Amino acid sequence: MTMTIKAEKKKSATKLQEQGIKVPVYQTKELNLWYGEKHALKNIDLDINENEVTAIIGPSGCGKSTYIKTLNRMVELVPSVKTSGEILYRDRNIFSSDYQVEELRTRVGMVFQKPNPFPKSIYDNIAYGPRIHGIKNKKILDEIVEKSLRGAAIWDEVKDRLNENAYSISGGQQQRICIARALAIEPDVILMDEPTSALDPISTLKVEELVQELKEDYSIIIVTHNMQQAARISDKTAFFLNGEVIEFDETDAIFSNPSDKRTEDYISGRFG
Amino acid sequence: MRYIEHEQVVKRMNGRLVANVIFKGIFLAATLLAILALVLLAYRIITQGAGHLSLDFLSNFSSRFPEKAGIKAALIGSLWLMAVVAPTSIILGVGSAIYLEEYAKKNKITSFIRINIANLAGVPSIVFGLLGLTIFVRAFALGNSILAAGFTMSLLILPVIIVAAQEAIRSVPGELREASLGMGATKWQTIVKIILPAAIPGILTGSILALSRAIGETAPLIVIGVPVIIQFLPAGVLDTFTALPIQIFDWASRPQQEFQTVAAAGIIVLMIFLLLMNSVAVIIRNKFQKRY
Ligand SMILES: Nc1ncnc2c1ncn2[C@@H]1O[C@H](COP(=O)(O)OP(=O)(O)OP(=O)(O)O)[C@@H](O)[C@H]1O
Ligand SMILES: [Mg+2]
Repeated sequence: MTMTIKAEKKKSATKLQEQGIKVPVYQTKELNLWYGEKHALKNIDLDINENEVTAIIGPSGCGKSTYIKTLNRMVELVPSVKTSGEILYRDRNIFSSDYQVEELRTRVGMVFQKPNPFPKSIYDNIAYGPRIHGIKNKKILDEIVEKSLRGAAIWDEVKDRLNENAYSISGGQQQRICIARALAIEPDVILMDEPTSALDPISTLKVEELVQELKEDYSIIIVTHNMQQAARISDKTAFFLNGEVIEFDETDAIFSNPSDKRTEDYISGRFG
Repeated sequence: MRYIEHEQVVKRMNGRLVANVIFKGIFLAATLLAILALVLLAYRIITQGAGHLSLDFLSNFSSRFPEKAGIKAALIGSLWLMAVVAPTSIILGVGSAIYLEEYAKKNKITSFIRINIANLAGVPSIVFGLLGLTIFVRAFALGNSILAAGFTMSLLILPVIIVAAQEAIRSVPGELREASLGMGATKWQTIVKIILPAAIPGILTGSILALSRAIGETAPLIVIGVPVIIQFLPAGVLDTFTALPIQIFDWASRPQQEFQTVAAAGIIVLMIFLLLMNSVAVIIRNKFQKRY
């Protein structure tokens, strides 16, 4: 069922893409967000396209995490949060009262900065999402687990130890387990908040390659402090500063020819 | 200008090392003292009471004659009491803890409730006895039944269980919660599948400690009028009963010297009862931890 919708969507999307028209998954319109009195996001306007990697860069505390946590409404876990403006996900306002957060979050997966597998077996970690959404059939679960682990390029490393605790593998592997876990709910968009900041260079490279592959099927939004990483893997880059979007453009343009002085200063390492 | 003079540091090093040794000694002595008291107590009770322990002691009702006095009614009574107290207090306690930690808004009213639950844990048990007498024995007309005593004991240990369960729930890392919610799980699914399993070892430890307290408590039972001499076994929760500490208290307060031996034997039974309960808790806890 979901597969056919996905395939249809894909067909129409490729048609549009052939005509050079990008399909937006997220349209952010005049988004403002406050933590109590603190104005953390100011008049954000951003369109995020399907099957692209969008990088979000900026100095510490500029609101990157806040922004991507707003995209799946996780930011609402902080009780003092207030928002104004709109975020359209596939043309529906995610803040509208009839939009169930649970529904949004099954379509938008999230990978966190620190690997956070559940204290369960590798298998149960991946099967968690499908199970909470009502899949009980062991055969289907087996298939989802394998497909997700393959999708996260970690199947070969863990296929013989699916019943071991997810904490018994390395941090880099754990992070790919978390990516696989996000894939298992067959999301449309994947949000990643500094997914490689706790990883060694080799694991980082693996995750970066993975992001490149995943972009074929998913739209990815990734927060990173690593300029090279943003330049290597993203199609578009947004530069945040003090809760504002200073510049948002094709990654090549941002890095080779930034139009704002502050962007240039930041990416050349003069502050941040 | 350096703030840390290394020569000075080395000079002062000896004093610090001595302090280290002294404090280690003090704490070791404190621990040994506690263990010594425990060993003496256990030794006295065991030497005094072991002679009276027998199958007859377990299978006889109490009696006017020390040779014939047995603990059957009290042992079975305490088991009945636990059968009421354990489910009541754990379900209510864990439920309240989940509500307070996961659902309640953090405002003045809930923080007032939180503080007072902790305070309740310090209220003398006799006060709970009076409460039980007024509410369960009289208002609900439950009399001095197992149910009335069980509910009273549940009230008594509820604060301890709530606080322990809150602690355990709070110590579950927020990242696990986020991971679950981030996949579209509802709050309830997250609580049942992630938070409670991770919190269960802590919840069990707290609950068992609280239940052990309930087994040993005497004052509330006396206040609600639990009888001492009973020559039958309860058939249901509405029957009256007697419990281990009450029985022991009765024997110990009798004038005949022989009854001191009987009381000591009763204490041994109570201690074994407690040890068994604690080991069950440890087993359950290890089993749960192994799964992760
Ligand atoms: N729970 C919160 N309550 C109050 N203020 C918060 C909260 N979380 C974040 N903030 C504030 O909002 C601003 C943006 O924070 P955010 O975490 O989005 O920054 P960031 O760009 O992700 O930084 P970093 O690169 O360090 O992760 C910061 O000034 C921070 O102090
Ligand atoms: Mg951040």
